[in-house]
Amino acid sequence: MSENLSAIFYLISGILFILALRGLSSPETSRRGNFFGILGMIIAITVTFLSVGNFSSGFIYVLIFLLVGGLIGAFIAYKIPMTAMPELVAAFHSLVGLAAVFVAISAFLNPEAFGLGSQGNIKIGSLIEMSIGAAVGAITFSGSIIAFLKLRGIMSGSPITFKGQHYINLLLGLSIIILIYYLCATQSESFFWRIITISFLLGLLLIIPIGGADMPVVISMLNSYSGWAAAGIGFTLENSALIITGALVGSSGAILSYIMCKGMNRSFFNVILGGFGVVEKTSLSKGKEKKPVKRGNAEDAAFLMKNASSVIIVPGYGMAVAQAQHALREMVDTLKKNDIKVSYAIHPVAGRMPGHMNVLLAEANVPYDEVFELEEINNDFANADVAFVIGANDVTNPVAKTDPQSPIYGMPVLDVEKCKSVLFVKRSLSPGYAGVDNELFYRDNTLMLFADAKKMTEEIIKNLN
Amino acid sequence: MEIDPFIFRLSIFILSIFIGYYVVWSVTPSLHTPLMSVTNAISSVIIVGAIIAGLSGNSESIFSTSNIFGFLAISLAAINIFGGFLVTQRMLQMYKKKKKKK
Repeated sequence: MSENLSAIFYLISGILFILALRGLSSPETSRRGNFFGILGMIIAITVTFLSVGNFSSGFIYVLIFLLVGGLIGAFIAYKIPMTAMPELVAAFHSLVGLAAVFVAISAFLNPEAFGLGSQGNIKIGSLIEMSIGAAVGAITFSGSIIAFLKLRGIMSGSPITFKGQHYINLLLGLSIIILIYYLCATQSESFFWRIITISFLLGLLLIIPIGGADMPVVISMLNSYSGWAAAGIGFTLENSALIITGALVGSSGAILSYIMCKGMNRSFFNVILGGFGVVEKTSLSKGKEKKPVKRGNAEDAAFLMKNASSVIIVPGYGMAVAQAQHALREMVDTLKKNDIKVSYAIHPVAGRMPGHMNVLLAEANVPYDEVFELEEINNDFANADVAFVIGANDVTNPVAKTDPQSPIYGMPVLDVEKCKSVLFVKRSLSPGYAGVDNELFYRDNTLMLFADAKKMTEEIIKNLN
Repeated sequence: MEIDPFIFRLSIFILSIFIGYYVVWSVTPSLHTPLMSVTNAISSVIIVGAIIAGLSGNSESIFSTSNIFGFLAISLAAINIFGGFLVTQRMLQMYKKKKKKK
């Protein structure tokens, strides 16, 4: 296949990838979008085989490795529980990163195959492009591994900070740039390996100080990095499909990071510099005096909801941990049978990744037109009878609107307190991730239900019937 | 003077960032998780580089270092491609509208 023809096909697959993302603007068109994505991938892979055109000895191995990977991927895709999506996405990011590193290594070791010059005499431009691709890929890889370990609970979700951390990162970042310069000047292999090693280290150090509840930002950020890594390799390979995709994914991740940061009213730098919840501990101890709370049980909750005409559900990470989404849907079904209007309110940073709650609710067969975003539903709380907060905390704290001293001041919150009564399912009175006491607990119209989210919901169902 | 092909690629890159910017803002927030998994899958189009590396060898150099890294990258990217698209498909299938009362 001629180079021009294959370039046109790569362009087509790039366009199909754009359409794949475009499809996600609504759930109706999303499945077709995903199909476009698959089609684009098939075209890109087929064209690559035809344009290299060497079906001798290497071909069979390419197929074998492709199939092995494909089978593993398909197996994971079918087996993974929806609650584990954040970890899975983190793991996938790490694979994109590592693949980028490996491709850069093979291009570096065998530049003839890619038409980039010969070993020891690689074009300077290509050398810069592949080092950037490899460096960003390596950062994505090791950073995603840390994110994965934190999300999976293998590593503690609390931020790990030490003195001079940011200076070390800065130093590592600068040394990568200097090494790239020396690589271009000398073409020496050792600099290339050093760039990769330092980038791995930098990836680890970048994510370690970031705490568990900031994971939505981290995942989005790593998503973005994986895109830039792909684009860097795309420039090396002079492949437009890869350049287009890299740019798409890069900007997609960046936008998601922005949305997540806005949802927490924190600047991006504030998040990546990490250590939230450590610095702010002071404000926690200040409000430590014991205030009375109203405790309730499943019976009270069932009674309140049965006599309501509208209920708004506010799910959070705790619902995901307790796997309470199915029980919750059942409870809502029972309420609906009693002609009670039920809707769901989702805060942008609820859960551990963008859209986390929506996927879990969709898994439990909750129709997506009953699920609303913060801006869509926030005015409805004033007219609702009961707010049922299950596994959420900080995102409902009215302090964010009233107390300029609070670390979460200015964060957009759900106006749960405007409801006639608030049911709060929580295991204890402990403050949320931000380390801020939730004023809502002590209000007269709040009833605390201390229990595991799933067990409590199941008990409420029993009491409703 | 002729324009360096790099500039053309750079143009594609910059324009694609803009396309990405507008397309992603129009993605509904409830589909942000599928957005991440599908971007994962498509960024694994990096597999084309791995395939080029893997196919480059002749019978004597099939397992040169460069080829081995190529093969490994093929597997990694393939996990992502299949895993990413299929899990996205699985998720999207779950998004259902309210059943209309008959």
